[in-house]
Amino acid sequence: MAEQIIFYVLAILIVAFSILSVTSRRILRSATYLLFVLIATAGLYLLMGYQFLAAVQISVYAGGIMVLYIFSILLTSHAGDKAKPVSWKRLLPAGAAAAVGLAVCGHIIYHNVNKVMSLVPFQEPTMQDIGRTMMGTDKYQYLLPFEAISVLLLASIVGAIMIARKR
Amino acid sequence: MFDFSIVTTWVDQFLRTYLPEFWVLAIEFVVVGVVMLALYAVIALVLIYFERKICAFFQCRLGPNRVGPYGIFQSIADMLKMLIKEIIPINHTDKLLFYLAPFFVVVASFLTFGAIPFGNGLQAFDFNIGVFYLLAVSSLGVIGILMAGWASNNKYSMIGAMRSGAQLVSYELSAGLSLLTMVVLSGDLQLSTIIEKQSDTWFIFQGHLPAVVAFVIYLIAGHAETNRGPFDLPEAESELTAGYHTEYSGLQFGMFYLAEYLNMFIIASIATTVFLGGWMPFHIGGLDGFNQVMDYIPSVVWFFGKAFALMFLSLWVRWTFPRLRIDQLLHLEWKYLLPINMVNLLIMVGIVLLGWYF
Repeated sequence: MAEQIIFYVLAILIVAFSILSVTSRRILRSATYLLFVLIATAGLYLLMGYQFLAAVQISVYAGGIMVLYIFSILLTSHAGDKAKPVSWKRLLPAGAAAAVGLAVCGHIIYHNVNKVMSLVPFQEPTMQDIGRTMMGTDKYQYLLPFEAISVLLLASIVGAIMIARKR
Repeated sequence: MFDFSIVTTWVDQFLRTYLPEFWVLAIEFVVVGVVMLALYAVIALVLIYFERKICAFFQCRLGPNRVGPYGIFQSIADMLKMLIKEIIPINHTDKLLFYLAPFFVVVASFLTFGAIPFGNGLQAFDFNIGVFYLLAVSSLGVIGILMAGWASNNKYSMIGAMRSGAQLVSYELSAGLSLLTMVVLSGDLQLSTIIEKQSDTWFIFQGHLPAVVAFVIYLIAGHAETNRGPFDLPEAESELTAGYHTEYSGLQFGMFYLAEYLNMFIIASIATTVFLGGWMPFHIGGLDGFNQVMDYIPSVVWFFGKAFALMFLSLWVRWTFPRLRIDQLLHLEWKYLLPINMVNLLIMVGIVLLGWYF
């Protein structure tokens, strides 16, 4: 019962702030609403007992990426700047794309994630398990993909430097 | 050692015998929340008095001495003044973000405050990711500061917020890496386990050289994260009036003030927990008689004693050194602290692998 109440509060927060963050016309406000969505998602992870994922969500998304967003907004826009209202012609395809995305994701979640949850017994992984899984090269250990993703980050840093140098 | 979890489990059992699960949880949530908030406020009041007296001592003054004996009620009078002061509304600002920013700063420091073990069994929640949780939620405070600077629509506030952002983001790295060095030694992130493992000697003695280096780096980086002392250039009053909280008045300013003092306490208590054994008394492995004598001192006294000793160091630094320039600040972090920290981490890994620790 208590868990359900907390779940519904978090769910309502996520939905409301998601809608606010795409409808707000002031860019820093949208960023703030997005931040609330990310923090509430971390709350959902905590509710499930995935503490590691919750802390990663907060430190990477809320503490890292949002700070970068806010920094770039502060450097590029002025207080009082407002985005122009979007015209109907552009709103329609965006709505259609969102509906398609919702359908695809809903299908995947409904048919696959349900199965995984019922097939794999849920237990909270300890920090040691997570560390060994991330830093090993045996079967079911993921050092190689982890390093491959860091190449992606390197590529995006190089790309950012290229864009910045052009100006 | 008296284990406070006996009391909390007894209260829990007592409630469970009379009430359904839901109401037990609801009551416990509210009680824990109120107790933590009260503790948060009381510690802030004590710290303000502590800081003013220490500051006066360093400047050869007497400090507050009018309200109550030795001026001990001075900070309560200050608090009342802060509570009833007018909050001045400002035009041409983003009102929502302006009012939200102080809450953000306070909530971020309160989330960190909640996970601190104050004594044997006195911990609100004990995650198995303890240290990582502390690092994660303490990184939220910088968003509040950036928001405050931007929403004030004032050049000084903006510059202060940008400086503060650059400073917090870079020094978080050093603080995180130096805590990671100790995590390598302890082999666990959970705060209760970290303290349990220091029952023979504290980690700063167990890990000798690299632990001392990590301790010093953590104190410097943590001090920089509180925006105080020689690192107070985000609110450098001679150039920026008061930096990011220039436009705030009354209770809103009070919240920034509260969070600043509590951040100092939080940094000191994390350093206490990870390096100096938290509430664990000073034990020497093998000397059982000595250890028993040390156990007679309550765990809460040990914790607050160590935390206040570290805060005294922090105040000493604050009132001794002149303010750094922004380039000196960034040089210190990126050219000295961070490379030293990385080498130190490697040395610690080597020491742990070779078993050269006590």
